[in-house]
Amino acid sequence: MSEPSTLTETPRLPKDIAAENGMVNVQINGIWHQFPKGTRMIEACKKVGVAVPHFCYHPKLSAPGNCRMCLVQMGMPPRPAPGQEPQRDEQGYEPITWMPRPVIACANTVGENMGIRTTAEVVEKCREGVMEFLLINHPLDCPICDQAGECRLQENALAHGRGVSRFLDLKVKKPKNVDIGPRIRLDNERCILCSRCIRFMAEVAGDPVLGFTQRGTHTTLTVHPGRLLDSNYSLNTVDICPVGALTSTDFRFQMRVWFLRETPSIDVNCGTGSNITVWTRGNKVHRITPRQNDSVNSCWMPDSHRLNFHYLDSDARLTEPLVLAPGSRHAAPASWDDSLAAAAGALKQADPATTAIIASARMTNEELFLTNRLAAALGKPALTLVPRTGEPDGLLIAADRNPNTTGAKLVLGSNDPYAALDSVREAVRSGKIKTLVVLGEDLVTDAGFTADDLAKPEFILLTHILANPTAKAAHVVLPAAGFTEKRGSMINLSGRLQRLNRATECPGLARDDWEILRDLLKALGTDVSDLSTIENLSAALAPTLEGQTLATIPADGIPILETGYRISLLAKEK
Amino acid sequence: MAVVKLNRPNLGPGEKIYLLALAKGFFITMTHAVKSLLGKSMGAKELKSSGMGVTMQYPEQTWDDQLPAYYRGAPALVTDEQGRERCVSCQLCEFICPPKAIRIVPGEIPADDPWAKVEKRPAEFDIDMIRCIYCGMCEEVCPEQAIFLRKDYVITGLSRAEMVHDKKKLYEIGGVRTGLVNKWNEVK
Repeated sequence: MSEPSTLTETPRLPKDIAAENGMVNVQINGIWHQFPKGTRMIEACKKVGVAVPHFCYHPKLSAPGNCRMCLVQMGMPPRPAPGQEPQRDEQGYEPITWMPRPVIACANTVGENMGIRTTAEVVEKCREGVMEFLLINHPLDCPICDQAGECRLQENALAHGRGVSRFLDLKVKKPKNVDIGPRIRLDNERCILCSRCIRFMAEVAGDPVLGFTQRGTHTTLTVHPGRLLDSNYSLNTVDICPVGALTSTDFRFQMRVWFLRETPSIDVNCGTGSNITVWTRGNKVHRITPRQNDSVNSCWMPDSHRLNFHYLDSDARLTEPLVLAPGSRHAAPASWDDSLAAAAGALKQADPATTAIIASARMTNEELFLTNRLAAALGKPALTLVPRTGEPDGLLIAADRNPNTTGAKLVLGSNDPYAALDSVREAVRSGKIKTLVVLGEDLVTDAGFTADDLAKPEFILLTHILANPTAKAAHVVLPAAGFTEKRGSMINLSGRLQRLNRATECPGLARDDWEILRDLLKALGTDVSDLSTIENLSAALAPTLEGQTLATIPADGIPILETGYRISLLAKEK
Repeated sequence: MAVVKLNRPNLGPGEKIYLLALAKGFFITMTHAVKSLLGKSMGAKELKSSGMGVTMQYPEQTWDDQLPAYYRGAPALVTDEQGRERCVSCQLCEFICPPKAIRIVPGEIPADDPWAKVEKRPAEFDIDMIRCIYCGMCEEVCPEQAIFLRKDYVITGLSRAEMVHDKKKLYEIGGVRTGLVNKWNEVK
């Protein structure tokens, strides 16, 4: 058999062709497909666009098969009698004999010559039966339930429900509005006992605090006595809860999901660069949820990162440029033209030897590119970024809490862009630095400066989004854009180029950071005619980023560097 | 184009002197004037006239008791027989409203409230009556039967702000509605 086939030989069977690549032939709703051996039936159906309704199955978790919603009809070829050759049709497939009872598609894997039917009458009947049982004790409080609009139970009730209940008895009452953790509220009546949250906490978060107690219709989801659902990954259970049993305290009753617009973007709280979806209505960000990217964050993200967006519409936001007039004590609002002219006037007179630029690794590649140009325009003064580190949590949070360290290294062409910070700080402290340009950083909180240090330079220019101690000391303050308000690219620690997308507009007179830098360069007399739009800027930067521009970066990013960094969560997943 | 030639009718001498016709017309007018003063004009009763012809003297006189049960006037919020706000701020009316006249800010019912188990109610509920087109879709879509189009049609104001009905005003117009949804009673 190992010899190459010739024309005279009988044609090879489909099962042998598939087996060469470790695949098996599966017939789904009458059409033959090939899938790798070991694929779950539900995944095989999904791959070819056949929807199998389900509640408890999640591709990243184990499959206990307890919701029974994914029942499908399965068939295999009959086993031939000893000595009998199996029958085959003209294509070489064996006939399928269908099993009289359905099987669950989530916990069974495909096999050679298997048949799957998702539209058979018995399957439809099973789905209707499962839905009817699930709805018996469901409170049907959709008008107040935050999940309404993205509820699997609602969707499947519409597709497979009867519309009217035949249940005459009283519904089982269970605890409602239970405070099971600092960020989560539990409603046990809505729970359909799919156990996704239990499995997530045990298998992914590594903090198995959830479990079922009681029996039958009284089965109740609870936290372990004396414990709370307070893991930094707890809000992922809200995302995967197919109903409104687990809801986020932060998002609770804020806005119905059908009003929200989804913008794919990336997280900027650490070097992992988790993929996120920003949910907005009008100009307000209502929530942030993880977006699946199997090369970065799988389906998850830490709570601390997803809840860190409320500062975007806080009272501390800077909404207009401020200029400190000579002799006055407080900075006063000024127009963009006047403030840029004031900044450029001071910077033009600055001596590169007594000037320093402190930029941020929270800036996008495009902004860092312009920072580089600014440094060139100022005669190459000292340029440093502010490092930000913390304990890695062994899952998604990296030790490097800056989102774009890798990008800064690449764009600025330096192996350690943070190296000069200590010397700059010393120089400011000793009064050697007379002019300080601070881009997107608060030096007092994050860079170890004191208010006294910042009183020493003759001129400080700050671009930032929030009022902070550095802004108090600055002579010109330019209001910038938050991470949901700008477009740009960043490179995460594993060398993946990803894109930030604009979900909201800047408040007040605030402007996008790249525009501020460009206008500042223009005010300094540099030629910026090639930078009229962000697309131009992106094109200018493309040679550094392997030819990638904002328009060509795919939704889930593209690896452009090999850094050797591995995201811990992904390593654990495999 | 074909030309059609019309001949004027030949008038007799009586018709040429039109004073007679004037007198005839004056007589008819005066007959109606007298009837009107006596409150005997045609349809006066059915149209609930003021007694001066068929004209109704609005706003001293109104049609309110003549309005049909299905009349669509100002939308308003109602409370149930126990005084509970029916609205749970599900925001479906805000979603369905064609002219986007409704704006709701949802809020949580505090734990010490007797209706804490309902969990949710509107913190703010505004209907911009300049925008409202009285289509009744809000009433139709409401799963809690909390919003109804009442018979109020005199919606006036001296500024745009006055034309926005807030929650207080909406409950004032709406009043109490009994029966219907029993979802949140003791059984629940």
